[in-house]
Amino acid sequence: MTMPYYVAPEQVMKDRAEYAQKGIARGRALVAVNYADGILVVAENPSRTLHKISEIYDRVAFAGVGKYNEFDQLRVAGIRHADTKGYAYSRDDVDARSLANLYAQHLGQVFTHEMKPLEVEILVAELGPSEQENRLYHIAYDGTVVDEQRSTVLGGEAEAIARRLDQTYVEGWSLRDAVRGCASCLAGPDRSLGADDLEVAVLSSGNGRRAFRRVDGEELEAVLHD
Amino acid sequence: MSLYLFPSGEDPGANFADLLRRVQPGAVVPTPTGATALEIRHATTIAALRYSSGVVMAGDRRATEGVSIAHRSIEKVFAADRYSAVAIAGAAGPAIEMVRLFQTQLEHYEKVEGATLSLEGKANQLAQMVRAHLPMAMQGLAVVPLFAGWDWIRSSGRIFTYDVTGGRYEETDFHATGSGGRDAKTTIKLGYREGLSRVDAIDLALEALFQAADEDAATGGPDPVRGIYPIVATVDSTGFTRIPDEEIADRFGVFLERRAGALRGADSEGGEPT
Repeated sequence: MTMPYYVAPEQVMKDRAEYAQKGIARGRALVAVNYADGILVVAENPSRTLHKISEIYDRVAFAGVGKYNEFDQLRVAGIRHADTKGYAYSRDDVDARSLANLYAQHLGQVFTHEMKPLEVEILVAELGPSEQENRLYHIAYDGTVVDEQRSTVLGGEAEAIARRLDQTYVEGWSLRDAVRGCASCLAGPDRSLGADDLEVAVLSSGNGRRAFRRVDGEELEAVLHD
Repeated sequence: MSLYLFPSGEDPGANFADLLRRVQPGAVVPTPTGATALEIRHATTIAALRYSSGVVMAGDRRATEGVSIAHRSIEKVFAADRYSAVAIAGAAGPAIEMVRLFQTQLEHYEKVEGATLSLEGKANQLAQMVRAHLPMAMQGLAVVPLFAGWDWIRSSGRIFTYDVTGGRYEETDFHATGSGGRDAKTTIKLGYREGLSRVDAIDLALEALFQAADEDAATGGPDPVRGIYPIVATVDSTGFTRIPDEEIADRFGVFLERRAGALRGADSEGGEPT
């Protein structure tokens, strides 16, 4: 009979964290910022159909980086949570905070109890009645939640991108300036990203009940180049 | 409330009604046994007709409980999503609940799948909901919706009607249902012609509801004293638009003026008033 090797819990956690971080670092990053009409999310994503950013509810959006199948499953679970909650209570009772907490619980649970942690980092954004009440919840692979005020970066090279974004960010910038600023922060000094490399969406107060809207195709071309 | 994750074989996919049955079984109404002797609220007359570039949908504002008026300003015409509208007649409680479920279902599908259902897909979804309601209908709680919208594939407005068994039928030009539906439908039939303009179609819908209210006690007419007017909405390639109450009030004013004029004219000539 063979005895299992003893592995210190610190080592187990460290290994899992490293595994998840490696998976996430392989993917492309995304940034979310406040802008004049709401919240803007810009992701580096060459696919037109496999989205990283999507709508959860009237004023709540979701974005994920890392393994697509894993964050997509979380996205659908988020929509289910929001729609069942809005149906059982009222549309006004659906908020980002409770959803962020559920995601954090789930990610934390998987991180400590399952064989393999989820290789994802996710963002739950909520458009508030005013800019001060906009919410950006950044949830890491181990369930850590950070409530960011004006901007957040997810994915590989997040720290470098965040440093660039700190220098570029302007309070109350227009959609055009914000998209261009975010695209250049994602690209870094050595490359440039065009409309084909980007996925862009906004939660805008001008969109009526459902604040989520994709900025794509000709509109994105115009925002980037005109 | 929790995060709903399912093993791959049991995933309800984009079906919200199915999801609800699994996670909130309490939300599903149990079927009553024995015929209902309760006096429940009824929503009455609704109508829809096609015009050159879309559809008009209209409904009066009255709800009745037996012979008394239960509500003077109930809403029976709703946006199902951006490009379709649904109107209801029958037992008001289950009907409004069905509309809420239908609206949530369409949006849920759109978000989960990242694509909108075709108009026909939406019409079939509603048929399933009406069919699921059949046991309640057998107990006297029938719900009969009317569905219309803009079909992007065919580039035209389309109207769908239902019966309590969930049967789904497409109407070519117009339909009306509910207690005053017969009068409303006859009015539209007499005034309808191919390629109506949007404005004429709205006027015809208003006239249909006026005539229905004239003949049917359960249908409410325009109420200038309280400022309550029928709900009229159009759906075309620009989406669902509800006509503002002020505009409906103006149109009714013009209509009543013309009608009163016609009656006076008929009187002075000694003919039968129409």
